[in-house]
Amino acid sequence: MEEERIVIAGFGGQGIMFLGKLLCHAGMLDGRHITYLPSYGVEVRGGTACCNVIISSEEIASPVITSPTTAIIMNTPSMIRYEPEIVKRGLLIVNSSIVDRHPKRKDIGVVMLPATTIADRMGNTRVANMVALGGFLSKSQIVKTETVLAAVGEVLPPYRQHLAELNRRAILEGKAAADAQGPDAIWSKITRGFGLG
Amino acid sequence: MTTVFKRPESLKDTETHYCSGCGHGIVHRLIAEVVDELGIRERVVGIAPVGCAVLAYEYFNFDVSEAAHGRAPAVATGMKRARPDLIVFAYQGDGDLAAIGMAEIIHAANRGEHITVFFVNNAVYGMTGGQMAPTTMLGQKTETTPRGRNALGEGAPIRVAELLAQFDGVKFVERCTVSKPRNVLKARAAVKTALSLQIEGKGFGFVEILSPCPTYWGLQPRVAMRMIEERMEEIFPLGRIKEPAAEG
Amino acid sequence: MAEKHLMCGNEALSEAAVAAGCRCYFGYPITPQNEVTAYMSRRMPEVGGQFVQSESELAAINMVFGAAVVGARAITTSSSPGISLMQEGISYIAANELPAVIVNVMRGGPGLGNIGPSQADYFQATRGGGHGDYRTIVLTPASVQEIVDHVILAFDLADRYRNPVLILIDGVLGQMVEPVEIAPPPAADLPAKDWALTGCKGRPPNKSRSLILGENELLEMNRRLQEKYRAIEAAEARHEAVDAADAEILLVAYGSPARTCRSVVRKYRERGYRIGLFRPVTAWPFPSAALAECAKGASAVLVVEMSAGQLVEDVRLTLGPAANVLLLGKPGGEVIQAGELEAEIDRIIGLHKMKRR
Repeated sequence: MEEERIVIAGFGGQGIMFLGKLLCHAGMLDGRHITYLPSYGVEVRGGTACCNVIISSEEIASPVITSPTTAIIMNTPSMIRYEPEIVKRGLLIVNSSIVDRHPKRKDIGVVMLPATTIADRMGNTRVANMVALGGFLSKSQIVKTETVLAAVGEVLPPYRQHLAELNRRAILEGKAAADAQGPDAIWSKITRGFGLG
Repeated sequence: MTTVFKRPESLKDTETHYCSGCGHGIVHRLIAEVVDELGIRERVVGIAPVGCAVLAYEYFNFDVSEAAHGRAPAVATGMKRARPDLIVFAYQGDGDLAAIGMAEIIHAANRGEHITVFFVNNAVYGMTGGQMAPTTMLGQKTETTPRGRNALGEGAPIRVAELLAQFDGVKFVERCTVSKPRNVLKARAAVKTALSLQIEGKGFGFVEILSPCPTYWGLQPRVAMRMIEERMEEIFPLGRIKEPAAEG
Repeated sequence: MAEKHLMCGNEALSEAAVAAGCRCYFGYPITPQNEVTAYMSRRMPEVGGQFVQSESELAAINMVFGAAVVGARAITTSSSPGISLMQEGISYIAANELPAVIVNVMRGGPGLGNIGPSQADYFQATRGGGHGDYRTIVLTPASVQEIVDHVILAFDLADRYRNPVLILIDGVLGQMVEPVEIAPPPAADLPAKDWALTGCKGRPPNKSRSLILGENELLEMNRRLQEKYRAIEAAEARHEAVDAADAEILLVAYGSPARTCRSVVRKYRERGYRIGLFRPVTAWPFPSAALAECAKGASAVLVVEMSAGQLVEDVRLTLGPAANVLLLGKPGGEVIQAGELEAEIDRIIGLHKMKRR
């Protein structure tokens, strides 16, 4: 069974939900089973945004993630909360432009990606989420990068279509930056732990 | 030979359960006469309240549904939204409308639902045995105000017509009574104006009708009728509170 | 429209109601079902339907009553505290024998509770819920696609039996996104609504009432209702069985916990344990006969539910005092984790010294 249980977390306004929905849509187009569960209600007040995305080769049990295989972390509070929950040999993507600390775990793969800095350089700070997504696509084969790029146009609402190209470029920038972090990172040497748990 | 008086087609040929001297029979007849006159018997749907008029569906000769206590304006909203071609009215008493159903009437009125509400105010609960209503007058003795209603702790009578008239969605409000023939004719005219308003698709119409309850007022029917003029009209002044807007 | 869409349960159920021909939505905001009210406020005007944000759940259910009594398909949705407020109206709808669809996206209780996913309204849903001897048909979908299918089924069942139908889902199912297909259903062969109050043109007046004062008349009316409920029990009990035929341990769960159970069953089967899942798809009528059959060879029946133990009572009623019926119940708006379930299963395996095959 191939399965990614991805927690995406950060501040409201960082495009957390869009990132999750885009991943799901690509998963669906790739013929995977997918579930997406946003945090809702009082949890979403006070500026945190979080969603759970599961992409699997098999039918998905609960959409609630307790032990993520991947965490995409866009702010410091989310780092504190989710780093300990990642499965052994799992993956942690950190927006190092915003998160002010290094992860403590030694048993997971870590990509420190200056997503906001890269996005700013591209002229739009709001595509930091896409840069982070590119980082994920660099290290996981659960969905094809081409599929994600194709899905961008389908997930963006009509009034945001003019941003599709920028979003795609940001994904590729993020992927290239993560690729450049080289083969010595722990995630490239290990078989990631999948399955229930 | 000319027929000068007959049972309206919209009223079934049956005896009612109302006490002698009760005003409900008169109000039923007025509604039935107007429904006949406007030619809407085959597309009118009435709603009977919980209260003395609960059995109204046994007396009106057109489609009538019950509604849970106080919920008639919500039921009417559902009916009219689903079938705008129907002419929908709610028939409610003072406990039903002004106590348990206050939220429903206020919000249906404020939304300007295209329905008609007939509010029969006799200042007392009849069906349950003569308890205080929101419209019970100060000093009036009931089963639950044995020393007479006291503003302190029991509140003063609520003037529903004035309350509803302030909403923009409400297009017509009149308070009338069935205390004597001249007033009965005025009440009939108000019923007709309110239903015509709905036929023309103009919005929410409300008619409050002061009505006697000889049984729980402890008065002879004729004395009860006089009591409306001597006591009730002081607190609930008769007249048109909101005119339907002129065409324009 | 065989295309797959990504939708959350709440949006999917809204669109399914539109597909089922429902043009009347009445509701009051409450988490975790707010997506329905928001979706319907946009969607209903697009399809020539009616949307009213009511002043309360009391008003919403009575608006449903009004739309139903004039012959329209109507739906309301809410979550636990709001559904409690609707019980009066549901009793009247059942007594007046009107078709209506009500969705409860359950949250943690009692009282205001929390907004976490819960299954603690099972008693309320399956025992009538309001006053008087009545029943609502209760459907318990476990995926976004099944929510869609059940909404369409619910409208047909409501019309066929002139009875309220309740769809019981939990906050997780309402919020989660999965791919769905929403196709307009084929026309069902349903009885004409000659009872509806549509204006008495060309027929004697219709009346809709539940005040029945004549001697023995209410008794007769209740007997007729009970006959209808027996007919529903005979025809409409639904369930799903997964690897149940030879199961030594039979899990019983509905809704989102059934999803966790299904994957755990798969895992333990792979390891060689004889374990299965029985999932009631209707909570009322409860699929008793099918459960009794599936549980015949089981040495332990483990009921898994997000409540302090409600479904477990129906299981015990069905299987009797001799059966070994256990409960993994979690109240308080908390999800049951696969790990907790596996620990309980391991305990049972140890206790009964069960062998792998």
